[in-house]
Amino acid sequence: MASPATAGVPGTPADPRPRGRKSVTGTRKSVAVLFLLPALVLLGALVVYPIGYSLIRSFYNANGDGFAGFDNYKAIFTDDGIRTALKNNIIWVVFAPTISTSLGLVFAVLTERIRWGTAFKLVVFMPMAISMLAAGIIFRLVYDQDPDKGVANAVWVGIHDTFAQSSAFPNAHPGRDSPLKPYQGGFITTATVRTGQTVALPLVGVAPDQMPGGAKSAVAAKPDPAKITGTTWQDFTRGKGVGRLGVPDPSELGYDGMRIEAVKNGKVVASTKAAADGTFTLPAAADGAQLRLPASNFKQPYNGVDWLGPTLVTPAIIGSYVWMWAGFAMVLIAAGLAGVPRELLEAARVDGATEWQVFRKVTVPLLAPVLAVVTVTLMINVLKVFDLVYIIAPGSSQDDANVLALELYRKGFSEGQPGIASAIAVFLLLLVIPVMWFNVRRLRREERR
Amino acid sequence: MSWLLEKINGGLVRFFLIVVALFWLVPTIGLLASSLRSPDDMSASGWWHVFSKPSQLTFESYQKLLENSDITNSLWNTVLITVPATILVVVIGALAGYAFAWMEFPGRDWWFLIVVSLLVVPVQVALIPIAELFGTIGLFGTIFGVILFHVGFGLPFAVFLLRNFFAEIPRELLEAARLDGAGELRLFTRVVMPLGGPAIASLGIFQFLWVWNDMLVALVFTKSGTQPITVALQTQVRQFGNNVDVLAPGAFISMVIPLAVFFAFQRQFVSGVMAGAVK
Repeated sequence: MASPATAGVPGTPADPRPRGRKSVTGTRKSVAVLFLLPALVLLGALVVYPIGYSLIRSFYNANGDGFAGFDNYKAIFTDDGIRTALKNNIIWVVFAPTISTSLGLVFAVLTERIRWGTAFKLVVFMPMAISMLAAGIIFRLVYDQDPDKGVANAVWVGIHDTFAQSSAFPNAHPGRDSPLKPYQGGFITTATVRTGQTVALPLVGVAPDQMPGGAKSAVAAKPDPAKITGTTWQDFTRGKGVGRLGVPDPSELGYDGMRIEAVKNGKVVASTKAAADGTFTLPAAADGAQLRLPASNFKQPYNGVDWLGPTLVTPAIIGSYVWMWAGFAMVLIAAGLAGVPRELLEAARVDGATEWQVFRKVTVPLLAPVLAVVTVTLMINVLKVFDLVYIIAPGSSQDDANVLALELYRKGFSEGQPGIASAIAVFLLLLVIPVMWFNVRRLRREERR
Repeated sequence: MSWLLEKINGGLVRFFLIVVALFWLVPTIGLLASSLRSPDDMSASGWWHVFSKPSQLTFESYQKLLENSDITNSLWNTVLITVPATILVVVIGALAGYAFAWMEFPGRDWWFLIVVSLLVVPVQVALIPIAELFGTIGLFGTIFGVILFHVGFGLPFAVFLLRNFFAEIPRELLEAARLDGAGELRLFTRVVMPLGGPAIASLGIFQFLWVWNDMLVALVFTKSGTQPITVALQTQVRQFGNNVDVLAPGAFISMVIPLAVFFAFQRQFVSGVMAGAVK
């Protein structure tokens, strides 16, 4: 197959022979029929007949005994479930092919500059060889919600915690005889504070493994006549009789990073964060205020993104599709790129064009036909996407991830609605007819040459 | 100065491509690592912990899987479906491709155009009609039915690819064989098929992977005893979470043959995929 990708229909070598190729052998028609018969019979029975059947079936009701007119087609646009599927299919057709093709283009251009380009291509192309089912299972594992299991969330939470380090104290609460009371998801002192006073803000209930790594032994704050000082710490010592209630002991840890706000008449007048040993200092402005430990201190640790929840499930599955098919785009585009005359690129560089300009003004326009073929091919492919959605979307969000091919399967084989399923099938067929027509026209043009 | 800039650029490109390669490799490595850990380890922590604790590696899940007769039967069914479906498509497609390329009969070009127009017909169109047809003639749930369906939908591409390839065979070769007294069938088996080797290899590999990896067609047309591995695993996905010890090794086993084929026949696979772009 000689550089098929540069043609509109890849794999169609331009036929050099004049039209009307004579049979070499002066075959009798009966022989030709024998050669063709198996293929034509199978195509007729398994591909052509179903098209006709679906077309007719789509105008009949669920049982197939009553004419339904266009009702089944109306259902495509009115039934909520099918409309979601239609909407998702549009998202798929717009994003999946363009993202795959763009990535394929970038990879194809960049791999030309490195020595291990072939190895790279092999890695990216490999998913093409495996089943959508296997890819689905692979990504079910990747997208696992638990950051301790799903690698996507593990990475995401890792990045998040690096940039937004939060000292959180989930489940912390006041112990016995505490000076604190619950307030708007956090806690507030029952009494107001005065300058020169040392305030104790003890809590209990933070699991040892959830304490901040830098927390040190809690110490009692030194009084300062012009300021308010205090300590916030985990007022709990394992073992009875050790440590005193309401007083920091060396065996108890300070709440490193706990945020403390001084509130006067509902307004925050001063705020600070506790040091590693739990001590904090507030300016004189806080005199007469209540001290509050706001709710932000007590939220649960960041748990990552719900990839397969209702809102993100379609983008997440599109991600797995791109993983499978970007390699396809890359290989076709790389084949096209190999046919681009190097002199053109060199000439542009000699004229002082930057790499980006060469890419934008020379490479991409020259590759436009290949890019079009790849994109259209992927669009046809995406229209039919089924396995990935069926496997990756968990039962709870399968309705939100629905696509036409999946809805067809459901309607036809589990909901007893073959009429509507047939209408969806015909609808899918209508969508690929322009491509069908394009293929035929191309072929006829080539034959005429 | 520009030398330095180039160096930095080259470094950036390399760094970017390494990150991309990791993105592409990690999911598969995750599957492999998951399949090599015990269910207890899997529910306790992420698969990457296996790198810090290699002692967790175990073939336990694979062992259990291969003792599971449902899984081994379905693997065997996959072979029983894939091999005949591939051979039939190649043979029937080659016969028709040869006829379209080198025989004369009325309406030849029109017939060929019809075949080409069928290239993009989605399989979904045929699911309901063929399910009913197979139900009527007793093929529903049989392996033969699934094979037939795959052959039907593999043929447009097979005929298209092989006809174009056969048309490139030099006329003199065929005429010479003809003068030696070869009959039509002999010409086909001794001259056309051997010369068509590269295209047949591409087609065969493409079709093999297509059928091996299929889930939808088998999901519709098989029943419990005739399911291929994809369908057998699919039923397990319903309870995802507590059966990673079945899914991960199962998925990996189902990938082994396609990956082996892929690495052994990269060139043919790539040209098959390229030619199959219209599908």
